[in-house]
Order: sequence, then structure tokens, then C-alpha cells
Amino acid sequence: MISRMLIVNRGEIALRIVRAARESGLVSIVAHSEADTDSLAVQQADEAICIGPAQAAKSYLNIPSIIKAAMACQAEAVHPGYGFLSENADFARAVKETGMVFIGPDAEIIKRMGDKAMARQTAIEAGVPVVPGSPHYVNDIGDALMVVEDVGFPLLIKAAAGGGGRGIRVAEDRAALAKQLPLAQAEAQAAFGDGRVYLERLISRARHIEVQILGDGKRAVHFFERECSLQRRRQKIFEEAPSPVLDSATRKALCESAVALAQHVGYVGAGTLEYLFDDTTGEFFFIEMNTRIQVEHPVTEMVTGFDLVREMIRLACGQPLRIKQKEIALKGCAIEMRINAEDPDRDFFPSPGTVEALSWPTGPGIRIDSCLYTGYKMPPFYDSLVAKLIVWDEDREYALKRAGRALDEFHLEGFSTTASLHRRLVEDPAVKEGAFDTTFLERWLAKPASEYSNVKEGR
Amino acid sequence: MIQQEIQAPFPGFFFRKPSPDAPVYVEEGQVVQVGDVIGLIEVMKQYVELKAEFSGTLVRFSAENETVLEAGDVIATLEAIE
Repeated sequence: MISRMLIVNRGEIALRIVRAARESGLVSIVAHSEADTDSLAVQQADEAICIGPAQAAKSYLNIPSIIKAAMACQAEAVHPGYGFLSENADFARAVKETGMVFIGPDAEIIKRMGDKAMARQTAIEAGVPVVPGSPHYVNDIGDALMVVEDVGFPLLIKAAAGGGGRGIRVAEDRAALAKQLPLAQAEAQAAFGDGRVYLERLISRARHIEVQILGDGKRAVHFFERECSLQRRRQKIFEEAPSPVLDSATRKALCESAVALAQHVGYVGAGTLEYLFDDTTGEFFFIEMNTRIQVEHPVTEMVTGFDLVREMIRLACGQPLRIKQKEIALKGCAIEMRINAEDPDRDFFPSPGTVEALSWPTGPGIRIDSCLYTGYKMPPFYDSLVAKLIVWDEDREYALKRAGRALDEFHLEGFSTTASLHRRLVEDPAVKEGAFDTTFLERWLAKPASEYSNVKEGR
Repeated sequence: MIQQEIQAPFPGFFFRKPSPDAPVYVEEGQVVQVGDVIGLIEVMKQYVELKAEFSGTLVRFSAENETVLEAGDVIATLEAIE
């Protein structure tokens, strides 16, 4: 086992990892930019080291500077958190080549699961359902029409090298496919230097459901699913565990498919497999894997009782998985509300500022993961997530009521946050019923507030 | 002669170019029309275009490319054309 761990991240997740380090008996060292010298993570850590200026490219994304800092402070392991370099295979390799432990899977696995087409192929090999589409790349319209026989329309033409929503075209019928295919290939070649494209069925209304796994290279276990359908501009804002729509047979099939894929690649550490779930047909399709701890991991911790960050550190250090699948049980319901420094009344424009006054909700079933403290001046350079308000209760109905109670107790002065959005969401009839998909929140936000007759103004 | 100091409406990183390899939006001494983009401010991973509020000559930039701004910092001086 290691004794000194460098944490290369900021905000609430840096603090979360400092806490896991302390409980694991490790010395925590927070690597921070010049803009984060007064952060709560830096204050709570055993040690801190500056890795560069405020710009992420010169600090949190600066591999040479981070490796130099890790060596200077004699770190034996590096935890990347989420975002920044957490899924960068070159960084994982650089850490390992320096003789330190990277708290995550090997560079090869990060690379394999980070490439969408390769991850899809790997899932097919492991027997995991993927969105119906072409098994490999399609060269011409003849190839494409053979795929149509099985998959039908509408279709997406996707660039193999694309990502983040880029390099995607829609074809509604044969004529459109014939017209769009060469355009998509030319566009992919121009944009990514790789003209290969593949086809996928367009699933217009689906839920985003993901499965948390841990693996030790030989064996993997799942910690059930999280429902993350409430999103704005593809950013999750409200997550829960378990999903309100899965029956036990579907849950079992979904979670077992995630374990099969994790074991197929010999996965080490904490990972999340993301799926689209079509609740009209009950079908689920693997879309991608995240090879790191995720923002919304606390809801899983609340409903299973395990500490995923402590476990991922043990696993990265080569210890065998000590948890058996039958020891992991689902209890109650947990909800995470992301408190972002954004103004919901101004189209979620960033609202950096100084914390003038702050009181957190307390009492039964509440967990706060946050980097805020009274007097903290938030730097304007990074992500707007400043707190995660997490509640647990015996069932979903109670959890939503507790979420409302927690939001009423939460008091922050100094800048606007998304707390007011959550206060409205937890009262919404569709949210209460769990009747939503990934397009729900944007449609809901587009409606005028006067339509929400159920919401009281003020308190 | 009307002169206006263009101030940062919020804190962030200031950019004079749309991308590192592109030319600057506006050179010092150049004439701009109302609504022309004169720079970008990045705040919490969002990019916001800074636009001229009236037509005139952009006399000088007080803020350099890729520097940190506080809200209220002077970015540039704009002079109306008589």
C-alpha cells in the first residue's frame, strides 16, 4: 500500500478525495493552481503544492508540471478525480512510468473505452446490447442499405473519430441516406482526418441510466444503477438511485451486462457504464464507459452504504476486490441536486461571486459535498459546480419531500445558484412520477413559469 | 468627443482573438461599428462575446490577450466618430 497521495483536481471532488485519503490513513497532497490557493481542499489536506497559473491548460491539464510536482512531494500515487486529466491515457501512462500508482485503470483500458467505436465493438464482444446499427464501418450506400434491413429508420450517420455531439448526421429514409452518407464521409475526413463512419438507430426519446462498477482485473461487481435523465445541454443536473422505472428483471439484466463488460476488459478500479433506456420497449443499449469516479457517485454510496472512493484507491494499489456481489444491497432512494453557480433566471449564465452567508441543511438523511465556505471567493475560471446536495430516504416519495425540506434549509448569499431550479423540480408532478427522458428538462425550462401553478413563490 | 471605457461586466479570462491562431478581432486604431465583437471573456467555461455599444474608433486596449480580468476592469477605450 502507498502512504502519500497527490490529488490533481479542485473543488468539491478534491475535498471528497482528501476525506477518503484521511480515512484510509494516507497523507493527502492537493495539487492546485494559483487561483485555488485558498480552497477548502487545500485547507483540509495535509499538504498542498502549486502546479501553475489559473488557466487549466497551464495547471490542471499540464502533465509535465504535475509529474514534476508529484516527484517533488514524493507522492506514491496520483488521484485525478473527474474531468481534467482523469480520462487521459497519456497522463495515466506518465504517472505509471514515473513509478507512481495512477488511481484509475491502465492507459490501455482508458484508451480502448474512450474511443466510441472501439468501446461499442468491445461491448458487442462482451454480449452487451448496443444501439442497433452497423457492426463495423460502412463504405458505401450498398453497405448502408444492408444495415437498414435490420436497423430501420431514422438513422444516425456517425463519424468514428467524432465525439461530444460532433460529426453526426440524421437520415430519415433511403433517399436521405444515399444523399447524406458521402457528405458525412467527406465531412468526417475534413473535420477529423478520418472519413470512416458507422450507422446507429436514432433513439429520440430515451432515459439515461448508468451502472456503477468496481473491478480488480479478474472480478467485477456492480452497485446498481443511477438515473441521470434530467439534463440541460447534455449536462446532468439532478441524479437519483435507483432508477424509478426499472423492474427487478430489467435491473438485473442491465447490471449484469455492466459486470460482463467490466470483466471482459479486465477492468481495475471504479467505472461507470452509460446506457440509453427506452421505457416504451424496455430495451437498454450501452453507449459509453467512463473510466473514473463520477460527480454523481454519492447517490450510489447512499443507497448501498459503500465508500467508492476509498475502494478505488485500494483497487488501484493492486488489492483484490473485497466486496462480494451478494453483499451489495439496494436500500431506499437517494437524490443528488447539483448546486451550480449559475442563474436559472438568466438562462443559467455563470454567476461567480463571494460567499457572503452560508448555512447548510442538516438533519436526517442529508449529505453535502461542497467546496464552499463563508468568505470564499469563487474563481471564475473553472466549472460552475459548487455543491452537491444529496438526500437519502426510505423511498422515492419521501426522498423528494426531504429534498424540498433540505432546499428550504439551504441558505446562500453572494451569488445565484441552481437551488431555485431544484426547489421547483422536486414539486413537479412529472418528476414525482418519474416520468421523464433526457429531453424533459429543456422542454420544461422552455415553458413559462406561470404554468407551474403547483409552485408557491417564496417561502 | 465622446470616449467610453469598455469594462469587464464580470470576471474571467479575456481574449482578443476567437482562437489562438486567428487574427485579433480588432486592432488598436481601427474603426468599429455598433455590435462588432471586440473580444471574448471566458467565465466558468462559457465564452461571451464583448461587443461595441456604439460606432467609433477603438483607441486602445488596456487589457492584453489571455489575461485575467476582475469585474469592472477596463478592457479598451472607444471614441465616437463626430
